[in-house]
Amino acid sequence: MLDVLLMLVVLAAAAGLGFVTIRRVPPMLHTPLMSMTNAISGVVILGALLLFSVPGNGFEQVLGGIALAAAAFNVVGGFVITDRMLGFFTHKRPVDGEAHEQ
Amino acid sequence: MTAKMIDLGIVLVLLLGVVWFRSVRTARLGNLTAALALGCAVVVVLLRHPVSPVAFLVAFALLGTVAGGSLARRISMVGIPAMVALQNGLGGLASFVVSFVELARGANLAGSSNEIAALLGIIVGAATFSGSLVAAGRLSRWLAQRPTVFRHHSLMLAGLAALALLLMVLALPSSHPLTQQVIGLALIVVAGALGVVLSIRVGGADMPVLISFLNAGSGVAAAFCGLSIGNWLLIAAGAMVGVSGMILTQVMCQAMNRRLANILAGGAALGQLAESLPPADPPSPAGQEAITEAAPKAGQEPVTEAAATAQSVDPFTRALDLVRSAQRIIIVPGYGMALAEAQEEVSRLADKLSGMGRDVTFAIHPVAGRMPGHMHVLLAEAEVDYGMIRELQDVNPQFAVTDLALIVGACDVVNPAATQRKDTPISGMPILQAHEAKSVIVCNLDDRPGYSGVENPLYQDPKTVLLLGDAKETVGRLLEQLG
Repeated sequence: MLDVLLMLVVLAAAAGLGFVTIRRVPPMLHTPLMSMTNAISGVVILGALLLFSVPGNGFEQVLGGIALAAAAFNVVGGFVITDRMLGFFTHKRPVDGEAHEQ
Repeated sequence: MTAKMIDLGIVLVLLLGVVWFRSVRTARLGNLTAALALGCAVVVVLLRHPVSPVAFLVAFALLGTVAGGSLARRISMVGIPAMVALQNGLGGLASFVVSFVELARGANLAGSSNEIAALLGIIVGAATFSGSLVAAGRLSRWLAQRPTVFRHHSLMLAGLAALALLLMVLALPSSHPLTQQVIGLALIVVAGALGVVLSIRVGGADMPVLISFLNAGSGVAAAFCGLSIGNWLLIAAGAMVGVSGMILTQVMCQAMNRRLANILAGGAALGQLAESLPPADPPSPAGQEAITEAAPKAGQEPVTEAAATAQSVDPFTRALDLVRSAQRIIIVPGYGMALAEAQEEVSRLADKLSGMGRDVTFAIHPVAGRMPGHMHVLLAEAEVDYGMIRELQDVNPQFAVTDLALIVGACDVVNPAATQRKDTPISGMPILQAHEAKSVIVCNLDDRPGYSGVENPLYQDPKTVLLLGDAKETVGRLLEQLG
């Protein structure tokens, strides 16, 4: 019971902290944000790996393999594409007197 | 307990990455930090739990890594919404598969609360998976852009949701692994159908909302999966992604002044509206869909309508004069610009005008493009300086003191009907007030309405010059003639 309670606390804390930080991400970064969070949701790769920490039948192994490949796609693809996109954002010349960094 | 502390530490590093993501200058570092956190998480899990068969695992992990990495390096920014939709779907897939195997094994799930979480993980994951595949199909143009509405669509949706709940309740009391497996499989089918029915009714300009919503779904599914196996990292990371997706969904809804439920259910209203238009009408912003159909009919409408000012002068010459004489220029890009692949030309035009000492800025509507922030990355890829980009609330007061609003492939987001009329699907939607500029040039494929199907009175305005046709060509000509 304590375990469940702790997990719910972790859930609520992460959601709360996520809300206050992510709310402040500027619109300019919304597409990279989404591809980075796609990579983060690839965290389920841990769940896929854990499936193989106990012996399982062939059916379970194939399913686990599919989950592993999908999650790895997200982690690698997500971070790579986010990095590539952020590399496009350049700021060459100053824009006279205007606040542009927000 | 130390194990939990390490997990917590990894979550904090992940959070730090998100914190750094709030500024353009540190975002790249933030992304790398988040990647580092996830890498550590994988290493930690592998150290704690020996896995086998190793060769099998390496093969599948490599498959995903190579596919994801190579696609991420090649895809164009026009294709990015489809890629993100696909990733939302794969996140859902991984979550529901893991949840299902854990449920089917039964033994690993400590109590009924874990079981509930696994069942919810299956529902949310499978619905996100199938819904995202539909969205990815639409965004990569394998599916038609207008929404598909089934007969009794809402009833179907409600029925599938009720069926999913019923299956969940049935699954709970039985602890026999075989029963659980059968119910779990049935749940996957039902939730998968639910996802399709939900997202197939959304199309065109409403895609940014759907894609954000599915993004939230992939996070929530991961969090449920984490709850079912008691893994803090999964719970925390999943919750963060879920919240992020929900924030973006909210931002998109506000930008259109609509409710989420209205978009998921009311896409139907827009779709019907679009269908009532002439059959050849492509229902995308600026109707840039059928680029090949570009008819050189420029000059007909504006001349009959436009004032006695310059009837004999062709629109292009008038537009060129306007560009030459304007000191303050705001460029309004829309999704039509991306479809015409005119970003490069637009970027070079902006550079040239800036070089001539003009004050040039870009005005971006939050829902321009097919996902949140899409227009920003499209312009960034075309090497537009992000210092030139303005958001809706900052730029709107500027239009009144602007000589020229240059619209490229945008329609609904500059349609004054949204604020002037009360009976249209876009009424109440905040728009870029391009009509307040002293003069307006519209470089759209045609003068048909945008995705909403609402006529744009801006096109009839005497101060507007319509340059109809392929925007890449039009802007290229302007660039050339400016000399």
